[in-house]
Amino acid sequence: MQTFEILANPNFFMRVARAILPWGWAATVITLGAGLYLALFTSPADYQQGETVRIMYVHVPAAWMALFIYVLMAVSSAVALIFRHPLADAAAKAAAPFGAAFCFLSLATGSIWGKPMWGTWWVWDARLTSMFVLMLLYLGYMAVWRAFDDPHRAAGLARVVALVGVINIPIVKFSVDWWNTLHQPASVVKMSGPAIDPAMLWPLLLMALGYTLLFICLHLMAIGNEITARKIRAARLRAVGAH
Amino acid sequence: MSGFGSLLWRDLVLMFRQGGSLGAAVSFMLAFVVMIPLAIGPDQATLSRLAPGLMWLALLLAVLLTTERMFQQDHEDGSLDLLATGRLPLELVCLAKAAAHWLSVSLPLSVVAAPVGILLNLDTPRILPVMLAMVTGSLALSLLASVAGAVTAGLRRGGLVVPLLVLPLYVPVLIFGIAASTGDMNPSGATPALLVLMAIALVSLVIQPWAAAAALRAYFR
Repeated sequence: MQTFEILANPNFFMRVARAILPWGWAATVITLGAGLYLALFTSPADYQQGETVRIMYVHVPAAWMALFIYVLMAVSSAVALIFRHPLADAAAKAAAPFGAAFCFLSLATGSIWGKPMWGTWWVWDARLTSMFVLMLLYLGYMAVWRAFDDPHRAAGLARVVALVGVINIPIVKFSVDWWNTLHQPASVVKMSGPAIDPAMLWPLLLMALGYTLLFICLHLMAIGNEITARKIRAARLRAVGAH
Repeated sequence: MSGFGSLLWRDLVLMFRQGGSLGAAVSFMLAFVVMIPLAIGPDQATLSRLAPGLMWLALLLAVLLTTERMFQQDHEDGSLDLLATGRLPLELVCLAKAAAHWLSVSLPLSVVAAPVGILLNLDTPRILPVMLAMVTGSLALSLLASVAGAVTAGLRRGGLVVPLLVLPLYVPVLIFGIAASTGDMNPSGATPALLVLMAIALVSLVIQPWAAAAALRAYFR
């Protein structure tokens, strides 16, 4: 709880973020560079899918990130609702566009892979449908932030939307799985250990780490922007004598 | 509990005097049904296959059109402020609003949908399953839509935000609703899909008062 309260000070947060960011960016560039090199050049082609398997290294981590960021958004919203943590709303708001971008990336790369492999750009399969619905949840969340002039009101409403959405995700997942499924089942996180060759698993995990680091850097910068935007808003309100 | 009852009664009376009733539901359904053969062609076999799904979409459309007004009117004329300061918890106010919406919009539509479906060549033995599924699903839908209604209560042009908020929540209802409408009836009288649909309605019943009240509180800060 102690670190929690220290981080609640926006100025302290900005100082910490500024100290972390150069290292974060360096780590991102190295990890993503190494991951992309391994994925695109040294990893083997698949015996069935051929070279198109390389799309997987961009596609799968993006889908993981899209889910992870929504959970992060919901946890931040819950923290904002329960502890009134001043930065939690900013964290949730800043995360949403990145989540939507990763979601779009996974849908788009999946579509590009689907054309040669399944013979069609899009099928209404369970996983595709649930990712599509996740995209809609992100768009709805962003629309709520955008719809209100008063940031405090928008924050209160966005929390509700994020939390109702996170309850909805497993229900949607379960119902579309029951409805129709064609996508390959999970092969990395399984009870019996990964069913994927280490030569492909390592580049994949490296890419996932690279995506996570990229998100952390972008997220820290976006929260910083959000804090600055709040300060500008407060200064403008003072200038016109509203406070 | 008397506060809950009188609020529900007030909303129902308002709704019916402003033209929401069984008659309005029937005319809406008829108007919708006329559009369908014009849009997808008058082939009997196709219509019969699509009929249950189209009825569910008609329900969705009607709910989307009415969601925005669920809290907006009371927010604009100030009665929502009075309700919030009253003795009835805001959670129960929201539940009463959703109940009024269900009784005046979704329930009449669900009841008339299956008989009107005959115009789309819906098989007669299908009428009862479709009606049962729609009555159950419409309860979940009214509850979920009222959360979106509470979020957009103070939004003048919330028209396009509402569908974006309601549609992801509607996905599970629609999937199991269609399954319950087209599946065969068990001897026990209920398909697994219908039971899941009931479960979704109950989960919505638990979440709705809390979520809608939390959204309304954001307006009273």
